[in-house]
Amino acid sequence: MKRNKNNNNTGFFVPEPAARPGEKPDFSRIDISSPGAVPMYKIDCAAKQTHEFADGLIRVLGFDGVAGGDWDPKLDASELLEMLRLISLTRTYDERMFKLQRQGKMSFYMKSLGEEAVAVAAAKALDDEDMVFPSYRQQGILFSRGRDMVDMMCHCISNSRDNLKGRQLPVHYSWAEGNFFSISGNLCTQFPQAVGWAMASAAKGETAIAASWIGDGTTAEGDFHAALTLASVYRAPVILNVVNNQWAISTYAGIAGGDQASFASRGIGYGLPTLRVDGNDALAVYAATKWAAKRARSGHGATLIETVTYRGESHSTSDDPGKYRPKDEVKSWPLGDPLERLKDHLIGLGTWDDKRHEKMLTEQAELVRLAYKEAESFGTLREGPLSPTASIFDDVYVEQPWHIRRQRQDLGV
Amino acid sequence: MARMTMIKAINSALDNLMQRDETVCSFGEDAGYFGGVFGCTEGLQAKHGLNRVFDAPINEAAIIAMAIGMASNGLRPVAEIQFSDYIFPGFDQIVSELSRIRYRTAGSFTTPVTIRTPCGGGIYGGQTHSMSPEAFFTHIPGIRVVMPSNPYDAKGMLIASVECDDPVIFFEPKRLYNGPFDGDPHKPALAWSSHEKGEVPTDHYTVSIDKAEIVRAGSELTILAYGTMVHVAQESVRVAGVDAEVIDLRTLLPYDMQTIAKSVNKTGRCVVLHEAPRTSGFGAELIAQIQEDCFYALEAPVVRVTGWDTPYPHAHEWAYFPGQERVIRAIKQVLEG
Ligand SMILES: Cc1ncc(C[n+]2csc(CCOP(=O)(O)OP(=O)(O)O)c2C)c(N)n1
Ligand SMILES: [Mg+2]
Repeated sequence: MKRNKNNNNTGFFVPEPAARPGEKPDFSRIDISSPGAVPMYKIDCAAKQTHEFADGLIRVLGFDGVAGGDWDPKLDASELLEMLRLISLTRTYDERMFKLQRQGKMSFYMKSLGEEAVAVAAAKALDDEDMVFPSYRQQGILFSRGRDMVDMMCHCISNSRDNLKGRQLPVHYSWAEGNFFSISGNLCTQFPQAVGWAMASAAKGETAIAASWIGDGTTAEGDFHAALTLASVYRAPVILNVVNNQWAISTYAGIAGGDQASFASRGIGYGLPTLRVDGNDALAVYAATKWAAKRARSGHGATLIETVTYRGESHSTSDDPGKYRPKDEVKSWPLGDPLERLKDHLIGLGTWDDKRHEKMLTEQAELVRLAYKEAESFGTLREGPLSPTASIFDDVYVEQPWHIRRQRQDLGV
Repeated sequence: MARMTMIKAINSALDNLMQRDETVCSFGEDAGYFGGVFGCTEGLQAKHGLNRVFDAPINEAAIIAMAIGMASNGLRPVAEIQFSDYIFPGFDQIVSELSRIRYRTAGSFTTPVTIRTPCGGGIYGGQTHSMSPEAFFTHIPGIRVVMPSNPYDAKGMLIASVECDDPVIFFEPKRLYNGPFDGDPHKPALAWSSHEKGEVPTDHYTVSIDKAEIVRAGSELTILAYGTMVHVAQESVRVAGVDAEVIDLRTLLPYDMQTIAKSVNKTGRCVVLHEAPRTSGFGAELIAQIQEDCFYALEAPVVRVTGWDTPYPHAHEWAYFPGQERVIRAIKQVLEG
């Protein structure tokens, strides 16, 4: 039996990334169009019209920090500064929590380093009444919607004030009051659920739409296709986002079929409008989301958005990326850093400078430090106090059936 | 012989298998270049090539279906599902396809697939990295379900599973990957290097996937356990100071009723342990069969110690895990009953 490496004309093909540890990072596969290359579409355009640019890239911020092109949302300085602040706050929070996990303060953590704009800018483009069905890497939405940071931390350290009573792994937030759906550990399950939520909103004649996020790797799941089918068939008011951060734990986007066609172009076969966006360009993410939201709200159905970005940190606190990708790969990432790019833009506008930026970073670090101090006063996973032990038997059903009651008594709580 | 963790033992089994039989291949999410999130397939791609050890897209249905297709065309695939909590998107392929192909084609198509998947709690994995879903699978006619409790068995049983012409679900208790665990999270973690079952031959050998093992002979009662609970049982017996016979089932489907019945008919008392939830858990099957086969020998009702009928809670992991205290209580109850 002949089984050989790729390129020997035998065997089947197994995609491999351009660079592995010790090799020179290579992102030549990423095509970058300039701001303005993708035209703005009419809000009720035929889906087909967007398909021409399913492999393109909607961009607003040039690498010189200047905004341009049809998609420029023309936000005022205060809105831009707010996004900058939120992206930075998300990063500062992540940084601190990651370190605290290393110190044993929580069981697990996942950063969104390098892709904070995807969550923050989208959240800012949505209405607060819109329901979001995120994955575990959109903590930026919580900050954008004003969730109390101490509460977020209390969840992560599973203490007595954790709103999820210690039942969920850290980072798997749920915040009903903020229209933030429970994050599942099981990939992609939320994608078709978001469509269902949106259909219910439409059925009730309400204006709220739904938005969901999954990763590049997750597009391989069947639920991805389930969501696109439903969204297309029922023209549901939903925005389906694929965050293409190039990596799914150790496998690069090519293992999910990303080398053959863009993830945005998956929408073509379903007749969904597709927008492929520079995910490190907060203005472009904002504009694309705004467009899709307006389209959904005005009865023209769903949009598939791919945001192209890069996962700047390990997948989680459980893996060492040095084992599967070049250590300094992020430095070669051609779309830069979302925080730096927005900062440069603001400096270019004359509304921001390095000094103020440094001051903001210092203040945010202090804010996060104080928030953690407060969170810790409600306990930690290791030292407690936790939610009452008896609470593990609550919420399995509306009321405790006899067998669960008996088990609770058996545990003596 | 060499000292191995369960991870190394599994790796060694796959390596031996691939060396001996060029139809054996292995794939799963992150299981190619990286060697799996627990490292079970580390180094195998470099050694055996891209077509024999490779990364799969994140789609458990696809992984299992691909294995079925490959097996029906002469390969012997070993599919890794990263966590057994994530096997359910592939459940249909197992229930409706993998398990029935031999039956529905009167033996003209066969699919000797092995599905490896880590299970169980004890690592603060929360509700989606802690499940023990074995009972969903022991309800499926046509597949074998096995779960080793130590590196020696893991290697021998994995080789036996892959060489078996029936499809096998091979559960790996992840809490045991790096060392034995007796249920007490406050003790320092032990390593397999200090355990006799951490002694593993580097060459090919098999451990039967038809036979349970009596890991401690005794006369006062029988304790049935598998996976992590085997170690909890042994330590509980030691602490309680009772003369229990502890049986490591090793195979759950088809389970070794002969060994079980012989023991229960001898002791007249039985405790069944599993980490999975209680209701309709595998213990229910064992106890039903025990009362049919051993009713007149029983001196006391058979008792179960199990996980609760709730999802696995993250922070209260140790209130959920059926640890020594609960096992000892059950032992006493059965001895007094
Ligand atoms: C159904 C299911 N299969 C596998 C996993 C394990 N897993 C968790 S995250 C992940 C990678 C996801 O990568 P991607 O979709 O690119 O998202 P990213 O982590 O890059 O944000 C995998 C395989 C899971 N959580 N759920
Ligand atoms: Mg990814």
